[in-house]
Amino acid sequence: MTQTEGESGAPDLATAPAAAMAPVRRERRTLGSYLFMPTFLALVLIGLYLYVQSQELDSIEQRSLNASNVGKAIWEHVQLAAVSTFFVILIAVPLGVFLTRPFTRSFRGVLLTIANIGQAVPTIGVFALFAVAFLFLGFPAAIVGLVAYAVLPVLRNTMVGLEQVDENILEAGRGMGISKFGVLTRIELPLAVPIILAGVRTALIINVGAATLAAYINAGGLGRILIAGLSTNRLTVQIVGAVLTAVLALLIDYLAGIAEDVLRPKGL
Amino acid sequence: MTNATGTAQNASGRTMIKLEGLGKQYPKEPKPAVDNLTLEIPEGEIVILVGPSGCGKTTTMKMINRIIEPTSGRIILDGEDVTKADPDQLRRKIGYVIQQIGLFPHMTIAENIATVPKLLGWDGKRIDARIDELLQTVSMAPETYRNRYPKQLSGGQRQRVGVARALSGDPAVMLMDEPFGAIDPITRDRLQNEFLRLQAQVRKTIVFVTHDIDEAIKMGDRIAILQEGSRIAQYDTPEQILTAPADDFVADFIGRGASLKRLNLSRVRDTQLSQWPTVQLGDDHSTVLEALRSSDKGFALVLDEQRRPRRWVSAPDLQRGEGRALDQIGLPPEAIVEPQATLNDALNELITANYSVAIVVNAEGAYQGIVDIDSINEAIRTMRTDARARARVGLDVDEPEQVGR
Repeated sequence: MTQTEGESGAPDLATAPAAAMAPVRRERRTLGSYLFMPTFLALVLIGLYLYVQSQELDSIEQRSLNASNVGKAIWEHVQLAAVSTFFVILIAVPLGVFLTRPFTRSFRGVLLTIANIGQAVPTIGVFALFAVAFLFLGFPAAIVGLVAYAVLPVLRNTMVGLEQVDENILEAGRGMGISKFGVLTRIELPLAVPIILAGVRTALIINVGAATLAAYINAGGLGRILIAGLSTNRLTVQIVGAVLTAVLALLIDYLAGIAEDVLRPKGL
Repeated sequence: MTNATGTAQNASGRTMIKLEGLGKQYPKEPKPAVDNLTLEIPEGEIVILVGPSGCGKTTTMKMINRIIEPTSGRIILDGEDVTKADPDQLRRKIGYVIQQIGLFPHMTIAENIATVPKLLGWDGKRIDARIDELLQTVSMAPETYRNRYPKQLSGGQRQRVGVARALSGDPAVMLMDEPFGAIDPITRDRLQNEFLRLQAQVRKTIVFVTHDIDEAIKMGDRIAILQEGSRIAQYDTPEQILTAPADDFVADFIGRGASLKRLNLSRVRDTQLSQWPTVQLGDDHSTVLEALRSSDKGFALVLDEQRRPRRWVSAPDLQRGEGRALDQIGLPPEAIVEPQATLNDALNELITANYSVAIVVNAEGAYQGIVDIDSINEAIRTMRTDARARARVGLDVDEPEQVGR
């Protein structure tokens, strides 16, 4: 039981971002489907707690697996994911708006290529580059790396979301005398919200996964516990790090899904 | 007969929109989309721009509210040159309906209609009152529809909301780009009739684009038939265009069956109705036989207390249905039309109906008379004579100009 959890927790780190790239549009959810995920995650955590309790912990394990250290790691991890996603939205949404205006057609390709490069380069490579070449370490460096990695899905979804708005609706708006800015803020952006949010959710999940690597440049997070377990060869510590990361990723994805449902404009 | 310069001779004489030498040349196109168009649109009339695909009719219309900016010429709206005016301000004064309607899907019907009044800075109370008034105008119960979203409406209802939204700022001018184009034929017909009834109340100046000559004839006070580059082939009333097409292009565009199309121009109320024997629902069979005997029609129409048609009965029906009430025998009435229906509607109805007649009832459903094939024949004959006479007079007056062309 515990063994399979450990195994399913670890690959999750690698596959979570890839799976989130294609967000599944969920139609109207039932109360049951709303309750399923939190119940499941609670059971996993209880299982993990009972497993750890049943183990004889040595001093190395005790140093990693105490409430204050685990709590601090979780909090650091949430901060990494939240702050990086915040900056991703701050950069990608305005950029997406800018790149869908007619006058930017000439250099649209160049900027999209740059965003593509950000995604193509592995996060760990970006961290290593910062650390080795610029001695740029810690929380700010981790945020820069995570943002570069997660900008593309939000940018792309913002552009697709704005471009899929029915041309006729925009013409009707312009024809009624709504200004260009008014059409953008009152018609285009609200109608693009569902697709932009899907991109934000993807970025959030990418960042939760990739933030595990931030521990390598001393930026904290759940990666710290995982790496401590690997370097000291303590299986229990590895399992706790992996399972907690997976649970956190699933929980944030679940919350983002609810946010999507709530923020989608009515009438769509 | 008016002609290629597009000057209007209307009754009120006031011109609402004047296009002067209007042109649109797209870069890298060999020919202009609209070439030096001059057109006067009289106040309170529906002017139809009609022509084959690619003739520039939509481009012309969209230059009036400057969705498309003209490259030459001037637009005079109500005496004011708006060619260089602020387009957003200009558009708030012009109602705009497009074929796809373009309701904002994330806004309720009320919010959709409130768009222009909000831009015009009306206060909330006035806007709410206006929304209810407009929904009633387009026959949609405000309390039912105010808070619905566009996707919860049928195509016909969306179209009505589109019209209500275009009317919301009480514009003097409306532009309509194939507004009934995407609607099924039956609903389209009803919406066209509703719209004409509405226009009779509001008397807006309307520029209406269509490629359907039948719609043009039905809806237009005046029709501009356009050729490539928005050149006017003929600008005239529907009657005159049907009777006296200016050239082969117009004649071709109208197509065959101009006489049948003319039936679209006359209403049932303007024709002489035939009278058939009628009896009351409670009458006994001998009264009905008496009525049938004193007429040559062979069928009597049974009416109820409100004079609504209930049944057709003949002498054989009476025999077969001995002793039964009048609404138990004979055939149910079909082909019921109202006085504002066109003769074309009546003809369509009566062709498929029993006894080849259409029953005319008023708005309350009470019997007024009968349209049969003879009344339609008579109407066609009269129209033809009248139109020929008018065309002759028109030709005499325009003769010098015709030579000059």
